[in-house]
Amino acid sequence: MSQVAGGIFTSHVPGIGNAIARGLQKDPYWKPFFDGFDPVHEWLAKEKPDVAVVFYNDHGLNFFLDKMPTFAIGAAAEYRHEDEGWGLAFQRPFAGHPELSWHIIEQVVASEFDPVTCQSMLVDHAVAVPYELCWPGTEAFPVKLVPIAINTVQHPLPSPKRCFDLGRAVGRALKSWKGGEKIVVFGTGGLSHQLEGKRAGFINKEYDHFCLDNIGPNPEALLRHDSLEIVELAGSQGVEILNWLAARGALTGDVVELASNYHVPISNTAAATVLFENREFLPASA
Amino acid sequence: MNAGYAESGKRQIFGTEPFDGDLAMRGYALNAMCYSFNAKDNRDAFAADEEGYMARFGLTNEQKAAVRNRDVLAMLDAGGNVYYLAKLAGILGLNVQDLGALQTGMTLDAFKAALLSHGETTRRAAA
Repeated sequence: MSQVAGGIFTSHVPGIGNAIARGLQKDPYWKPFFDGFDPVHEWLAKEKPDVAVVFYNDHGLNFFLDKMPTFAIGAAAEYRHEDEGWGLAFQRPFAGHPELSWHIIEQVVASEFDPVTCQSMLVDHAVAVPYELCWPGTEAFPVKLVPIAINTVQHPLPSPKRCFDLGRAVGRALKSWKGGEKIVVFGTGGLSHQLEGKRAGFINKEYDHFCLDNIGPNPEALLRHDSLEIVELAGSQGVEILNWLAARGALTGDVVELASNYHVPISNTAAATVLFENREFLPASA
Repeated sequence: MNAGYAESGKRQIFGTEPFDGDLAMRGYALNAMCYSFNAKDNRDAFAADEEGYMARFGLTNEQKAAVRNRDVLAMLDAGGNVYYLAKLAGILGLNVQDLGALQTGMTLDAFKAALLSHGETTRRAAA
């Protein structure tokens, strides 16, 4: 039986990738963010997951606006990051897990979701940066990837409830997977930030804390706002919290926060990293 | 929520225009050009001949003018999506703080200071 061991939720700002490429992890500007990964590294070393299911949004590397899926699930044997326009391409490939991808696709379609399926896809900084943060260095990544892309770019976006329910369907699929792998779920992006318009630079710490306080114990609280309300509250890119909501939905056991780091600002973003353990419900003893 | 609504029925959010179907249609050529900048050869081709490159992608006059003037707000008005415009910004040597300053009318230092004014680090760890 597979086991969903936990969840890693983190910002994925491209600037983090540049900082990694330039070795700035100990730089005073960056250190408070990177230090948030110490407990994540300890947990990964202890748990040694085999698979990462990553909920993220593509920013114009794999998908253009000519064909823009609301939900897309990768089913490739391998994925790669490439230059997104500023000359930085991470070199380590991402091994895929097509059998598990197709199992998830089968199960979520049975749950009446209609994802686009991708046997070939590039993954952008929203996957590559969290991987680099979790497994720094040059060794091959120790996990197989199932990427699940959510449209947070072109409105209408899927509703927060729809994303959470997609995550729950993925969580059920993971529980029914017969393989023996240990699985970690990722939600990437956020928290509050806005890159464009006269409100560029917008940050809302009150809403961020609301998300951080509730995403673990009470994720339904985040469903009280629709996607445009989240744009207003979190900024037009802060709506990436949808990826967190989907990932949280995939954690179907008792969810316990092990560590949380909220650091403002990095680049134009209120950044956060949260580590959850997912403990299986124990049946009541007879 | 206190969001207002325009006559179009769209929600009004200060300083924010959610990138929807109207903008996606209006901005298609500009965004398609910017998407091409994922490839270095295309970035170099644009830098070598901006007018020729814009013509190749069929940018509207409004979009061309916005690019010529390095006017980010005008690019957004012309349907540019910030994720794609970020690729153009890279060619122009602008990062997201530069973009923020240009759009808000602040100096770069003032924009950075505004971000730092939110400064906070809050850490929790399970016992």
